Amino acid sequence: MSVDTPAKVIPAARKITTKPRVSDQIFRGVVTTFSFSALVILSLIALFLLLQGFSTLREQGFGFITHFEWSVATDDSGKEVAHFGLQAMLVGTVVISFIALIIAVPLAVLTALFLTFYAPTSIKRILVTLIDLMAAFPSILYGLWGYFVLMPMAVYWAKLINHWFGWIYIFGVPQPIFTRSPFIAGIVLSVMIIPIITSVSREVFSQTPLDRIQAAYALGATKWGMIRAVVLPFGSGGIVGGSMLGLGRAFGETVAVFSVLNIVFRSNFQILFTQGGNVASMIIQKFGEAGKTEINALIAAGLVLFILTLLVNFAATFIVTKTVKSGR
Amino acid sequence: MSDQTQNTPTSSLSAVAANRAETKVPGSSPLGTGLEARGVHAWFDKHLALEDVSLDFSAGTVTALIGPSGCGKSTFIRTLNRMHEFIPHTSMAGQVLLDGKDIYEPGIDVTKIRLQIGMVFQKPNPFPSMTIGENVLSGIKLAQLKIDNRDELLEECLTRAGLWAEVKDRLGAHAGGLSGGQQQRLCIARALAVKPKVLLMDEPCSALDPGSTLRIEETISQLSKSMTIVIVTHNMQQAARVSDYTAFFLSDGGPGQMIEVGPTNEIFSRPRDQRTENYVTGRFG
Amino acid sequence: MSTTTVKPVRPWTATPKDRLMTGLSIALSVLISVVIVAVTPMKGKLAYFFIFFFAWLVLDSLFIIRKSSAKGVRDSLASKITLLGSSFVLMAVGSILWAVVYRGVKGLNIAYVTQTMRQASLFDPIGKGGILHAIFGTLLLILIAVLISVPMGILTALYLTEIKGKASGLIQFLVQAMSGVPSVVAGLFIYAAIILTTPLRASSFLGGLALTILMVPTVTRTAQEVLNLVPRDLREAGLAMGATQWKTVALVVVPAARSGLITATILGVARIAGETAPLLFTVGTFDSYNFNPFKGENTAIPVVVWRALNSGTPESVQRAWSAILVLLIVVLILFVAARALGSRTMKK
Repeated sequence: MSVDTPAKVIPAARKITTKPRVSDQIFRGVVTTFSFSALVILSLIALFLLLQGFSTLREQGFGFITHFEWSVATDDSGKEVAHFGLQAMLVGTVVISFIALIIAVPLAVLTALFLTFYAPTSIKRILVTLIDLMAAFPSILYGLWGYFVLMPMAVYWAKLINHWFGWIYIFGVPQPIFTRSPFIAGIVLSVMIIPIITSVSREVFSQTPLDRIQAAYALGATKWGMIRAVVLPFGSGGIVGGSMLGLGRAFGETVAVFSVLNIVFRSNFQILFTQGGNVASMIIQKFGEAGKTEINALIAAGLVLFILTLLVNFAATFIVTKTVKSGR
Repeated sequence: MSDQTQNTPTSSLSAVAANRAETKVPGSSPLGTGLEARGVHAWFDKHLALEDVSLDFSAGTVTALIGPSGCGKSTFIRTLNRMHEFIPHTSMAGQVLLDGKDIYEPGIDVTKIRLQIGMVFQKPNPFPSMTIGENVLSGIKLAQLKIDNRDELLEECLTRAGLWAEVKDRLGAHAGGLSGGQQQRLCIARALAVKPKVLLMDEPCSALDPGSTLRIEETISQLSKSMTIVIVTHNMQQAARVSDYTAFFLSDGGPGQMIEVGPTNEIFSRPRDQRTENYVTGRFG
Repeated sequence: MSTTTVKPVRPWTATPKDRLMTGLSIALSVLISVVIVAVTPMKGKLAYFFIFFFAWLVLDSLFIIRKSSAKGVRDSLASKITLLGSSFVLMAVGSILWAVVYRGVKGLNIAYVTQTMRQASLFDPIGKGGILHAIFGTLLLILIAVLISVPMGILTALYLTEIKGKASGLIQFLVQAMSGVPSVVAGLFIYAAIILTTPLRASSFLGGLALTILMVPTVTRTAQEVLNLVPRDLREAGLAMGATQWKTVALVVVPAARSGLITATILGVARIAGETAPLLFTVGTFDSYNFNPFKGENTAIPVVVWRALNSGTPESVQRAWSAILVLLIVVLILFVAARALGSRTMKK
């Protein structure tokens, strides 16, 4: 370090190169090519949805996401007049996903805490299996259950909420019809995303460094004190990331929502009333009897949905990886 | 620097031990009657890891637990503030008395026990999401204690841990930015904030450099005036430098046992047991 | 020396007195909930549940505060609230499973799993017609999706674990993003890219393609996890013997992870077996067998459920429940197989 050290000659680092054998080159080539399938598929989805939906986007412009009218009519001159606006569906998608998150996040976090820190081993094993199984339930099953089992109960709850809290705008109803409401769709979605949020949170909670847990206990913390001081700060990123993953799933859910939601092209924030929107379900609903122009519009709607879920998923992945890496 | 002492041959350990001012004599102390282990056994699952240890830690003394790896000394220190039970499928037998009361008494509030018997771990483990100041006071918050003067306590604890001068201008900074040795002293300050009667230290310097080790040893000497300290260490020089009493643990393949305990200078100069002598003179196989 | 007669104890576990107290508080809470439901207008299972839980919280807190501080009460409240959260989740799963089994069994009979709907309609009485064609349809779709997505997924996973090329981070990210593609978008994509632009029309093959998009991310991620479990030294042992990387992967790494890779495949199948939305765009519907993957429309169990559900008569609804029970049994079998194989891999 001193000033008069004679200048040392540091040799440049040698480059170590090997020429892989032909079999290895082929192996690497094939594997690398296939590894780009995710990129290719995602690009193709964006490309073709854009291609087929372009005519709609060009005609409707920004109105496609800001208007709420959806109609195809033929005017007197025999020309087709089409209005395609997704606003009500987008609002509806966000509303029911938001309801789903409000219900699912607390339940999922509590369940994850219970599984990680409270449950005896035997109960833990059963509950983990059931929750994993829940994630594998077909979404049509959630639709069936939501319509036939949950709805009769949920209508009763909705009436109770309306009775006591009807003076708050979102709990009011223009007419006393409580079936197929955003509230019920939100509950069904919440049940569907609980396993996702639970397993991500559980994963992160179980990585809480043991030495910090011990430090908290050695300071005389109760279990709950330890969780608040150590586990929740450490796992908050996992909770947020898991919730975002759940949100992505909720945005894109189709058949389950379709079964329990009355799709109406009008933005509705009165969540107990039988009127809601959902992009994915609307696509299914309109697809059956759609003509050429309308199919293009539905594909454009699919593009909007694709971009929306992709953004949410990017954000979620980013948050989860960052949390797991930083270890805080 | 501590390098000097570390390089001396093991035979002069007794000299190091003798150089300590004087061994504190147990007796009537204003600090209470101290901590006492009676016939402590510890099991992991069916495996007996620690057999029948009875040891008296008089108030205001420093006791070092030495011995080779796997001799049960860490297990033992963890039974002293009931950290042992956090490992699944463990069990124990015997009693640990704090001021004459058994801390394993059924129905006792274990969090209160851990407030009175603090612990510092092998690896510094400050809470990274909290600032330096919050870390020191985290025990207060966790135990929901009432304090009159936050700042005063903060300064007192950090001073006693020998860290005040270094961090007093950045109490609001996150604890992750401190060096390993500073983090460990922060952990000591954190343990001191809840005013424990006993401080357990499980190899507190094993992850630190010699300079930081020296600072921590100074801290221990300071603290021993006002509290009972039990320290597990692999480093015999350290035991000789800081402790009043030394207990030697050994496992002959079976459960760990306490072979011998006595005033530190006696253990290092004229141990009664051949095995202790082999260990402290470095002849241990 | 080990003639110890000391008995190991666990003083930290609940004493008989604690257990008595817990039992007593639960019993009292049950009593209170029964009484309150009986004398007040609050009715129903949920009323029982909430009153019981609330009473239990209060009673147990009273017991705890006698021997501990407010801190202890807060701790026990927290533990009970996590239990409450979990029991809600448990109730939801239980309700779903119960509904499927209870309602589905009623419509199950030999005909239902051995006949097709060729001679029957959704509105015929139960006992006439079945879903055998849909079972075959589902199996065919799964087969097509497996044939495409398993090589794709495993090769992608090999890139991420063995080659670890420059693009690893990006690919990892994209696979994660792909797992979030809504199923309806997958179907719409195949429709837009193939049915609208080529002479190909709805068929099992196109359905399989749509399902592939949904299956690849699951296979990739699970395969990546199991390949990462293969110890490094196994690979290094192979390379150190002078084997090429290709030989090492083919003869050492993949065989070591074999059962884990099967688990990955099964989990992928479980992911797509119940998909409905993509099939509505790509497979169409058919009332009998069609084993030609490239020509003609076909059907699958979820599609049968979907159509039956939307018909709305009691018979068709009954058919829907029975079909979903069959589907759930298939998923359950796959799921159990994946778990069994998975736990075997972990042990190795």
